[in-house]
Amino acid sequence: MSTVVLLTFTGLGLGALYFLVASGLSLIFGLMDVLNFAHGALLSVGAYGTWWAASGHLPGAGPGGAGFALAVAFGTAVGTVAAVLLELAVIRPLYTRPREQILATVGVGLAVPALLSAIWGADARPFPGPKTLSGTFGLLGAEVPVNRVVLTGAAVVVLTALKLFLGRTRHGLVVRAGVEDRAMVTALGIDVRKAFTLVFAIGGAAAALGGALGGLYFGSVDPEQGTSLLIFAFVVVVTGGMGSLTGAAVASVAVGLVQQFANYYTTAGLGDLAVVVLLAVLLLVRPRGLTGRLA
Amino acid sequence: MTTATQPRGRARTADHPATTRSRRLRRAARWWPAPLLVAVFTVPYSALPLPGLLDGPIGSPGNLQLLALCLVFGALATGYDLLLGRTGLLSFGHALYFAAGTYVTNTVMLEAGLSFAVSALLGLLAGVALSAVLGAVSLRVSGIGFSMVTLAFAQVGSILVQRDPGGVTGGEEGRAAPAERLPASLVGIEHTANLYWIALAYLVLVLVVVQWTVRSPIGRVWEGIKENERRVEVLGLRPYGFKLAAFVLAGTLAALGGIVYLLLTGGATPQATTSDFTLSLLVMVVLGGSGTRWGPLVGGILYTWADHRLGDLAGSGAVAGLPSVLRVPLSQPLFLLGALFVAVIYLLPGGVVRLPARLSAARTSRVTADRDEVLQP
Repeated sequence: MSTVVLLTFTGLGLGALYFLVASGLSLIFGLMDVLNFAHGALLSVGAYGTWWAASGHLPGAGPGGAGFALAVAFGTAVGTVAAVLLELAVIRPLYTRPREQILATVGVGLAVPALLSAIWGADARPFPGPKTLSGTFGLLGAEVPVNRVVLTGAAVVVLTALKLFLGRTRHGLVVRAGVEDRAMVTALGIDVRKAFTLVFAIGGAAAALGGALGGLYFGSVDPEQGTSLLIFAFVVVVTGGMGSLTGAAVASVAVGLVQQFANYYTTAGLGDLAVVVLLAVLLLVRPRGLTGRLA
Repeated sequence: MTTATQPRGRARTADHPATTRSRRLRRAARWWPAPLLVAVFTVPYSALPLPGLLDGPIGSPGNLQLLALCLVFGALATGYDLLLGRTGLLSFGHALYFAAGTYVTNTVMLEAGLSFAVSALLGLLAGVALSAVLGAVSLRVSGIGFSMVTLAFAQVGSILVQRDPGGVTGGEEGRAAPAERLPASLVGIEHTANLYWIALAYLVLVLVVVQWTVRSPIGRVWEGIKENERRVEVLGLRPYGFKLAAFVLAGTLAALGGIVYLLLTGGATPQATTSDFTLSLLVMVVLGGSGTRWGPLVGGILYTWADHRLGDLAGSGAVAGLPSVLRVPLSQPLFLLGALFVAVIYLLPGGVVRLPARLSAARTSRVTADRDEVLQP
């Protein structure tokens, strides 16, 4: 029983991490038809920003308490700025060439981790965190690490905030309408380009937050972390139906849980395989993903 | 406008000798592959140094291996362009079929003790089977979904290889090919020239196959799918089968390339299974020019050469002496290549092979603009 509890919480934590990456990917893809290969790089930027701040480089920030919260905020802000820069400098000049947009993000996705490892080395760096978050708590006889719960909580908060933003605000309305039919929104005289930058900022912030909290989950940061998470985030986005936030949430929990349980109860590595086999089966049965949205 | 055209026509008749000279030049330029061909065939016997481009004489084993690698990657990029540039399919899982050729051949030789020829055949068949099965599944989604699904499949292959099930793949270290199973003429540093010939033969094969299929009726349908898939459907053809054919053909060529690569590097390493490997193929194709005959080849050769030379540059003393603002990015070849890739997308749409045409177009437009200016008053 205790193993099941532990695996469930770990799976949920991993799923939360996937959701933080996949939500931005899914929105960006839904609105702009851009598959953002640099999204993993944004996560790495957030992780390194937080690590840099929490290691005492930023005044006021530190590995404990309020200092760590400030470090996470700093990392998220850096990731958001990086995402906006990416949209303005790389994506915007290529609006008329969608295939090239994807290729340009591939280039950025290669260059940024290389730059990070050039500056701070290719090896994993230990991630500083507050004592309260690196501890465990007892539940049904299992010792569950606190950071799993923090990650899940953060993902739920992000999901709720995004739902409220998309459902209740005017900007959210434009984004939703753009996902449905971009040409129609433009025809109504609304500048969709602002929504593009906005969606990139939101996606970048979510990914950077994922990077900051992922540092707690893994206990270290390394330049390739974002890229390896990105691939499973892709699986989540396809499984959930591209452009759908709820689909991404459901799929990320499913993928995280399946991966953890299969990795534990069979041999290590089979969980990753199981996830992709599941994806293949789903595509054979329902080519449009869980929510039935057009791929 | 009418005033501008008339004098220009007169000007052309006036400088008649110049026109014939340029025509003769153009006719001579049509034979540009000839010196290149001669160069390709004399490389193993040449002791000419190419300072800056290569380290030491061209014919040295180290340089021959680098050149052979360049040819193999040029061929791989050409095969990959069958999907990207000819059919319009953006696959992110091409490394898997390449790795299937490498790993299956190597593992069969090591574990079953079969000869190289039999193992290579099995490796090739594994590539065909894998690309047929996975292609059939991933082509059920179109567009970006296809890209993501191929990426996910390739990732599984990469994870499996690195987890080393049963000690078969050698994990992160990879496994060296057994020298006693390989033909004696392909083992050892003194036989590097033979490997060069094999790489060249593979390149020629890929070029011929790609040219031939692209010109065949199937190739026309591929072109149609690339331009507008819906219209192909309206014409009463099912794109699925045609796309699958392109996918399997590209996968087969990649598996064959994997076998050549195994001979060339003397082992199977997990780097060849990663998504970075596929991305580097993508960079090669776009760098050279997607959908053209020579573009992917040029891109593959340039990229492989640059990758090796930049690695040498990063380790050299010249870089270590630079201030840290310059030294840090220069020490990472992948950063330079990524940045170069983004720059090519912006500045050179159509890749390197379009460069001469763009330059001459820019020159003629400038010349006509000058003439128009002169004629204006």
